Amino acid sequence: MAFQILLNFFLAFVWMFLSVSFTSQSFIIGFLLGLLVIFAFRRFFNSRFYLLRVAAVISLFFLFLKELILANIAVLKTVLKPKMDFQPGIFALPTELQTDWEITLLANLITLTPGTLVMDVSYDNKILYVHAIDIPDADQAIDEIKNSFEKAIMEVSR
Amino acid sequence: MSEIIRFFIGFFLVVGGFLSLVTAFGLVRLPDVYTRNHAASKSATLGVMSILLATFLYFYLEHGHFNSRLILAIIFIFVTAPVAGHLISRAAYNSGVKLWDKSVRDDLKNKAEYERQNSQ
Repeated sequence: MAFQILLNFFLAFVWMFLSVSFTSQSFIIGFLLGLLVIFAFRRFFNSRFYLLRVAAVISLFFLFLKELILANIAVLKTVLKPKMDFQPGIFALPTELQTDWEITLLANLITLTPGTLVMDVSYDNKILYVHAIDIPDADQAIDEIKNSFEKAIMEVSR
Repeated sequence: MSEIIRFFIGFFLVVGGFLSLVTAFGLVRLPDVYTRNHAASKSATLGVMSILLATFLYFYLEHGHFNSRLILAIIFIFVTAPVAGHLISRAAYNSGVKLWDKSVRDDLKNKAEYERQNSQ
């Protein structure tokens, strides 16, 4: 992915040198034309066309933001409820992600989700220990985390 | 136009203040370290972020002064707050702070055994 972006910058500079105008406008034009070239030659790269990955990053960011707001509403309800009748607990969440940065990202996402907080990661990176504020929905929470976050992160790293 | 902008600035300020207040309530009311951490790491994050956003919007739209440091501050808080919450609760667990009596499940105490089984 980094290679494709670098190539795109390089093509933009080539365009600036070809048209002998060193302004930001001609850089942007060159960048867009380079994007077209990279799109046309996408089957010669061994990773995906990089704009797809950029789109995945942006959608992950909005997922992050949405979860943060939902988490706050959930905490609000818990804190301001007159009776303390929730049942906290720690559950183990098996994960399929492998590299360190993916796990860090998943842990941050889980911490900002409604009612869950990452406590520990096992040494072989296969299990996250998550503290949930209300354990009866834990199984459902596992499913949701698996379906939304893990998928979104895999979409980025694939 | 400027009335709408003012409405948004005021809205973000009120929401930020309210969330910070809820964080303080949560720290007082909730029973143990881990549940308090839920309140502290979530509400405080969004509360401070929305106050900073309101400050940014105010100076940009009313005074025409674009302060990029506020944006950086929002991003830094967004990235670091969950890590801080994680580290505090992990340190609490490892130094033996008990969960609340009404906690129903504790998978983390099986961790040592899990590691022993999978370490070879």
